[in-house]
Amino acid sequence: MTSTYDVARVREDFPILQRRLAGDLPLVYLDSANTSQKPRQVVDAIDAHYLAHNANVARAMHQLGAEASEAFELGRTKVAGFIGASRREEVVFTKNASEAINLVARVLGDAGAVGPGDEIVISQMEHHSNIVPWQLLAERTGATLRWFGVTPEGRLDLENDPITERTKIVAVTWVSNMLGTINPVADIVARAKAVGAYSLIDASQAVPQIPVDVTALGADFVAFTGHKMVGPTGIGVLHGRYDLLASLPPFLGGGEMIETVTMEGSTFAPPPARFEAGTPPIAQSVGLGAAVDYLSALGMENVAAHEQAITAYALERLVEIDGLTVVGPKEPVDRGGAISFTLEGVHPHDVAQLLDSKGVAVRAGHHCAKPAHACFGVQSTTRASFYLYTTEAEIDALVEAIWHTKKYFGA
Amino acid sequence: MTEAMNVDSLYQEIILDHYKRPHGAGLRDGGDAEVHHVNPTCGDEITLRVHLDGDVVRDVSYDAQGCSISQASASVLNDLVVGHTVAEGFTTLDAFQELMQGKGHVEPDEDVLEDGIAFAGVAQFPARVKCALLSWMAFKDAATQATGAQAAGKDGS
Repeated sequence: MTSTYDVARVREDFPILQRRLAGDLPLVYLDSANTSQKPRQVVDAIDAHYLAHNANVARAMHQLGAEASEAFELGRTKVAGFIGASRREEVVFTKNASEAINLVARVLGDAGAVGPGDEIVISQMEHHSNIVPWQLLAERTGATLRWFGVTPEGRLDLENDPITERTKIVAVTWVSNMLGTINPVADIVARAKAVGAYSLIDASQAVPQIPVDVTALGADFVAFTGHKMVGPTGIGVLHGRYDLLASLPPFLGGGEMIETVTMEGSTFAPPPARFEAGTPPIAQSVGLGAAVDYLSALGMENVAAHEQAITAYALERLVEIDGLTVVGPKEPVDRGGAISFTLEGVHPHDVAQLLDSKGVAVRAGHHCAKPAHACFGVQSTTRASFYLYTTEAEIDALVEAIWHTKKYFGA
Repeated sequence: MTEAMNVDSLYQEIILDHYKRPHGAGLRDGGDAEVHHVNPTCGDEITLRVHLDGDVVRDVSYDAQGCSISQASASVLNDLVVGHTVAEGFTTLDAFQELMQGKGHVEPDEDVLEDGIAFAGVAQFPARVKCALLSWMAFKDAATQATGAQAAGKDGS
């Protein structure tokens, strides 16, 4: 652990981590890849906005309206700075990462970017939200879906590259939510560019835990969500290259996204407003702004180093348990803080239930990544995921609870 | 609170016994209807066949992938409906479903549910109710299809 990073001090910002569960057991929260907990600073910022500055944005000609508009747009500015966007108008707010990806799939389709004979490339380790929108786009347009496979170790199979001259869109995850794998996305973006294809990176698990610079990455689109990065639910982010966004048709129609409307037709606002129909997530933007302030104050390099150290410790402790198989890379190299595993003789549901009875919160199931599970011949796994507040003592509690589970089921 | 979250009330000895030694597991040839049900939240799956002899359930054969609760439930289902009429099976199903959806306030009738009363504790864990009901819903679907097919066969003859 880095000397500058004081996890005990960080935990003081998260009141929920002091909670006691049934049986007066302390909460051991190992489900941060699902959603992160929120520091007091974020909750306070949302509170203060609702209690003192609440109004609708952009259209209210009063003082509160001006304050709310400024607060909402400040959230955008902070997010843009946090991810290294070259201009703040490249940040489009959506309701979550799924909507951000669906937005891209919809407008690229409407723009005629793909058609029969064209190919869309994804990977087998994608979250369902980076599979289904592309399946739907392929169905709508007659394009064909192709994908990168996954190696037995849980890495992308880059040797069998499905990107060809026929590829029009490449959409791949930066960090797998199930396997924990960190993919060489800059390389994949370069391969997409070389054949003139659009690229989208699902950064839902990346932005929370590693430093991200979208300008350096150079992808056409990057999608992520607020609630996994200590921010609120109800807000997601689509980053797009400005010139590209400006050339694309709108997504949803409604208020705020227009330039002018007559009964005969409408013209549309420039980005980002073009893609933000209706009242946007205002308080959520304020909360997300507070979240990136919080992460920046900690330093994303430090957050990443902590994540790396705690994951390495967890991998080391988990492999001690006989009958436990880590599904995904077993070395803490190019690896995020999510570890999925199976326990011989005990179904993941039952593992999660027994862990919960010891106060250890994990996720069990397919983690919205059924094809990734299929690669390893399993239907479901138990996943423990770590974040900037996770301690070694919590990993120890996990390991102890797994031994208890084995004993309970006689496995 | 502590009582409600007690996992021992969920994992009754009877449930663990059925899980480890399930009754009637495996798909057997024939059958009047076959269904495949999934629990979309966790990915658990069951393929289930109902084999009828007139209006009597001669066999329920199944191939299930899932947690201890869903596996044990399929085993108890097999115990409770095989050898009974479809109508009796549906009555038992109603009693089991009522127990599962009763949030722990329904007193199970052991004469009707036999080993099924061990699932009373499951009702206190809302996330697990679907696990317990997976095989029963599959049975309902398959038995309905099988009796429908029989009726259609009779009409046609």
